[in-house]
Amino acid sequence: MNENNSSNRYYRRFSLGQRYLHGVIMSTFVGLAFTGMVLRFSHTTWAPAVAHAVGGFAAILFFHKFCAVLLTVAFLTHVGYVVVYRGIIKRDKSVFWGPNSMIPQLKDLKDLFGQFRWFLWLGPRPKFDRFAYWEKFDYWGVFWGMAVIGFSGYSMWFAPFFARFFPGSWLNIALLIHGEEALLAAWFIFAVHFFNTHLRPGSFPMDLVIFTGRQTEKELKEKHPEEYQRLLEKGQLQAAQTNASPEWLTILGRLIGVVVISSGFVLLVLTLVAFFRRQ
Amino acid sequence: MRWPLAAVLILAFAIPAVSAQDNSECLACHGQHDLHDQAGHSVYVDGTAQKASIHGTLPCTGCHADIKGYPHPEHPAAVNCSTCHADEAKDVTESVHANVSANTCLGCHGDAHSIVPVNDPQSPVFTLNIPKTCGSCHGNPDMAKKFGFPDVYAMYMDSIHGFALTKDGLLVAASCASCHGTHKILSHTNPESRTYHTNIPATCGSCHNGPERAYFAGIHGQQLKAGNSKVPVCSDCHTAHQIVQVQTVSWQMERSATCGNCHQKQYATYLDTFHAQVSALGYTESAHCWNCHREHDILPASDPQSTIAPGNLVATCGQCHAGATASFVSYRPHADSRDFKSFPALYISALFMNLLLLSIFSFFGVHTLLWFIRSYFDRRKAGARAESGD
Repeated sequence: MNENNSSNRYYRRFSLGQRYLHGVIMSTFVGLAFTGMVLRFSHTTWAPAVAHAVGGFAAILFFHKFCAVLLTVAFLTHVGYVVVYRGIIKRDKSVFWGPNSMIPQLKDLKDLFGQFRWFLWLGPRPKFDRFAYWEKFDYWGVFWGMAVIGFSGYSMWFAPFFARFFPGSWLNIALLIHGEEALLAAWFIFAVHFFNTHLRPGSFPMDLVIFTGRQTEKELKEKHPEEYQRLLEKGQLQAAQTNASPEWLTILGRLIGVVVISSGFVLLVLTLVAFFRRQ
Repeated sequence: MRWPLAAVLILAFAIPAVSAQDNSECLACHGQHDLHDQAGHSVYVDGTAQKASIHGTLPCTGCHADIKGYPHPEHPAAVNCSTCHADEAKDVTESVHANVSANTCLGCHGDAHSIVPVNDPQSPVFTLNIPKTCGSCHGNPDMAKKFGFPDVYAMYMDSIHGFALTKDGLLVAASCASCHGTHKILSHTNPESRTYHTNIPATCGSCHNGPERAYFAGIHGQQLKAGNSKVPVCSDCHTAHQIVQVQTVSWQMERSATCGNCHQKQYATYLDTFHAQVSALGYTESAHCWNCHREHDILPASDPQSTIAPGNLVATCGQCHAGATASFVSYRPHADSRDFKSFPALYISALFMNLLLLSIFSFFGVHTLLWFIRSYFDRRKAGARAESGD
């Protein structure tokens, strides 16, 4: 009975804005990955077929640029909201430090070592707070990716303009790092991120928290015990409580999850095979 | 065409043997439809057709020279066209068709008694009829197998030349004879052949004069003149029998690889570029070899006339990249990320990216694997505990 209660109580993890942000980043990323990998592996048999199916190279590049602009806007909106609005205007220090901040802290390093000790049966499982170290890694990966892929991508898009500030040979480097960093990003998301958040035992087959924004008390206790304890001690647990996700939202989340995870897996296999065949 | 003189001689001296100002005496028998020789072959001759033919003014004995009167031998000697057509006959004797049949001439010129001039549309060797005439052997799979030649007829018929000639009736379009000649057709392995590798530019150039001149202005043509027989000629890119319009996407898609047969390193480094990635998807507007180097008058960068000479790069790249500047054209279209000496920055970037990918995936590979193993055992234990507890 007690167990039942615990999984019937829901706590808010992501706000509506954060879920929309993730939605835009996720869909534009999948769009970018598919169109980009068709270009990167255009020597394969599947790439021209995909290009042909969506309307040829011109359509591929248009869609790639369209997603790129959307992703850039979403990224800048996020940075603007967190740093400028919450951090500077609202003077919310929790953005920059503490358990609710994405900034890596000493605890993250300790958790990383603790996690490896737990992997090897050498210690207990670390008690993670609101954001575990791998979640922060995923988060900062987007920043690194935006800097490298974004800058090199816009360099190629507006090549003659960028050539006013950089030599033309930068374009050689731009294509190389654009493609390699994209492989890093795509393989990381479609293998590591998908495993860490969805496919690992404990979350399998998928964790719907990013779509519904809610987690059960059981999930909160299990995945973020330190956060649960902190909220409990500060008496903020009640305020974080919310109602169950409406059924349509759960179904929608599952649908999106299945489509994105399976298409990511297809692309992962296609690009891995193409990559190692060519080397 | 030396026949008039010979014909006059025959008319002057051969006629008295059989008095045949007209051929009525012969046709009295041979004009009968059901006339057969002992072996059962028809020996009927259509007198009207013969009269209308190019040889219509000749008596029968002009060709059947061994027949002096009636009765004539059961087996008259084979007709020898070379009596009049000596030059053509000599050419055929030296050609690949020398020993094809007892009377090679008729294989192309058709029925012996109704041969018409070559410019008569009824003639099997009239320009528009040539493909079909040659194709009667060269489009025959059994013949192709027997003599080991490719089935070129079908290829030709689908080519731009075949379409122009047979569909549009364009007389200036190339027929078989335009490239291979007529009587003295030689194997392409014979240095005297019009289709021998080094003779091809001149053969194609007999119609395509502009491309021929451009070709000989370029490095390949100059090398060919200098005796380098390894350089590509027209057919290396355009093929011989499957020539298509140069705008054809599928043909363009395969052309850069042709250059790569010799220019291996340049082709391999081209494949690493955005230009190649994009064109592999069928986007022909993207730069292929010839967009920068030109097609026929290709010149090395050291030649100031070359499209890739340093002074011309802004104009060459500017064909596609509006706003190209001197800085922009320092882009290296054949950069090699494995060549530290020539491309140090690119080499270091590639090394850095490879190390980054390797370290991140090694770390998270181990992380993921250990995590999976650990939580798998944990959950199995928890499951067992839950089962025994309840």
